Amino acid sequence: MKPFTNFESRLVPLPNNNIDTDQIIPARFLKTTSKEGLDKQLFCDWRYDNQGNPKPDFILNQPRAKGAEVLLAGDNFGCGSSREHAPWALTQFGFRAVISTSFADIFKQNALKNSLLPIVVSPAVHAELLALPPDAKVSIDLVAQKLKLPSGRTVEFPVDEFSKHCLVNGVDELGYILQQQPSIAAFEARREGSINTLAG
Amino acid sequence: MTTPQTIIEKLWQSHVVHEQPGSPTLLYIDLHLVHEVTSPQAFEGLRQRQLKVRRPDLTFATTDHSIPTTDRSLPILDPIAAKQVNQLEINCREFGIPIEGIHGARQGIVHVIGPELGLTQPGMTVVCGDSHTATHGACGALAFGIGTSEVEHVLATQCLLQRPSKTFEVRVDGTLKPGVTAKDIILALLSRIGVGGGTGCVFEYRGSAIRSLSMEQRMTVCNMSIEGGARAGLIAPDDTTYQYLNGRAFAPKGAAWDAALARWKKLPTDEGARYDKEISIDADTLEPMITYGTNPGMGMRINDPIPDPSQISDPLERDSVSKALHYMGLEAGKSLVGHAVDVVFIGSCTNSRISDLRSAAALLKGRKVSPKVRVMIVPGSQAVKAQAEAEGLPKIFRDAGCDYREPGCSMCIAMNGDQLEPGQYGVSTSNRNFEGRQGKGGRTFLVSPLTAAATAVAGVVTDVRTML
Repeated sequence: MKPFTNFESRLVPLPNNNIDTDQIIPARFLKTTSKEGLDKQLFCDWRYDNQGNPKPDFILNQPRAKGAEVLLAGDNFGCGSSREHAPWALTQFGFRAVISTSFADIFKQNALKNSLLPIVVSPAVHAELLALPPDAKVSIDLVAQKLKLPSGRTVEFPVDEFSKHCLVNGVDELGYILQQQPSIAAFEARREGSINTLAG
Repeated sequence: MTTPQTIIEKLWQSHVVHEQPGSPTLLYIDLHLVHEVTSPQAFEGLRQRQLKVRRPDLTFATTDHSIPTTDRSLPILDPIAAKQVNQLEINCREFGIPIEGIHGARQGIVHVIGPELGLTQPGMTVVCGDSHTATHGACGALAFGIGTSEVEHVLATQCLLQRPSKTFEVRVDGTLKPGVTAKDIILALLSRIGVGGGTGCVFEYRGSAIRSLSMEQRMTVCNMSIEGGARAGLIAPDDTTYQYLNGRAFAPKGAAWDAALARWKKLPTDEGARYDKEISIDADTLEPMITYGTNPGMGMRINDPIPDPSQISDPLERDSVSKALHYMGLEAGKSLVGHAVDVVFIGSCTNSRISDLRSAAALLKGRKVSPKVRVMIVPGSQAVKAQAEAEGLPKIFRDAGCDYREPGCSMCIAMNGDQLEPGQYGVSTSNRNFEGRQGKGGRTFLVSPLTAAATAVAGVVTDVRTML
């Protein structure tokens, strides 16, 4: 995983509440066996018409989305399925953070494992961000857990220590878990007899 | 005296492998279910790191999402789906994981076969790269969906880094009236708490109405916990659970059964245990439910008028409902009863078990489905299919004019060609009515199998109680 560094970006507002993972990437694209090539499928059914042409009124097709790295989404972003294809598609499009008033649990965990930072802000800050002009930029400092608004005001956001450590240092969780193998073996030895194996 | 605990806390504590301040807890996983869609990238990750599967004996695979529900002797026509299905076979062979593939005698929807084979048992932690893993909570297990990175973690280590969830008591007391089912309980809950109401929580379903449900009905309830935002939902084991499990293929036998039973009986929530959140539902007042919108929380009693966005004070909520009604092509204030439908789908990990097929068959027997409606009935597993055949259900379905198919996820997720066409209305026993979920541009009403069968006959959305 690449270390997560500070950055500045315009916002791509998509303020609908409860955007589900079927909108982020429709299920028909999940037949792939690869993680790659999903950027074109991001928000596919909102982004393209039935002939596959970009819909000009959809935010991702507008100039302000080009090069932008922060999605400003409505409440409960990423609800629905556990597909990790959702954060894969978002990061491949170029997003590095999603700001919302809340995130669905599985999506949030999947995002953190893919260097996509879920930032929770209060409804008041969310409204303030939505009201910004299209070319306004925010900057994100993960180490300080601070979101800097164009006015110069900074807003703190929560990130648990472990996730922050992994993101900032590019540490992948599996590497950490593999270091715990003695504890895992001890746990298995302690519970032998109460684990019902498929062979049994 | 020790502090009284909920079953959720007991399950968590008994699976803690390692705890370290400032880090999430390392939690042991007793059963890992694998399917073709969310696993290929995880197996590829293992190869890149040269890792093995730590406990293939605690891992079980099947294929369900991408496969056609047509004649299984024919090859899969979609080359991308065929490759994915084949890749699962290759991965399982290479890593020594037992699999019920497309031709397996025990193949089925992963959340149908887990309990059916006795793989899922009380007291277990169960995961799968699928958000409907909550289904297995019906057996008294802590069961939740995970992403592909976590699938890789469990394959490699049999463990996951997790943070504890809040406990949420969902109490349902009373008696369901005729025509009202387990599906209506969960749709009623979702209509009250919304799709984010359970975020960060695990539901424990309790109360007399839950106790009187069969295991299959309990699975329907637990299945849709994720639609309320809860990663897991469970029901403490009782005699119904033990009777269901006893004798199943992977359930413990003999002395091991007795030992397991003694362990399981300690699982239920202690008297006096506290929950972080609570909600209470009166089963006596429930009625058949239907969704009108584009998430499972947008549900109402079947005879209610479609909500009017202008009556909603919260501007974002008003906007959501307004957008949903626009997508659905519905008018506020009208009734859905009598609304024409194009397709009826009876199936999915929510409602494709033998009791679901029986309840549909009871209504369809001696009747014909409307010639205007395509009716698809998709059993949840080969075992469900075999049992249905033994009971003569396929004949009832075919005589009524239904299309009775091979087991799989089918039109619930519309990955395999079973789908709504743009603009079509589908009445579905599945779990999600998101935009395009059942086919691009398709419009879904979620209901119980009884309501689906009644609608199939009438050709329009129907209150099943008028046909009982």
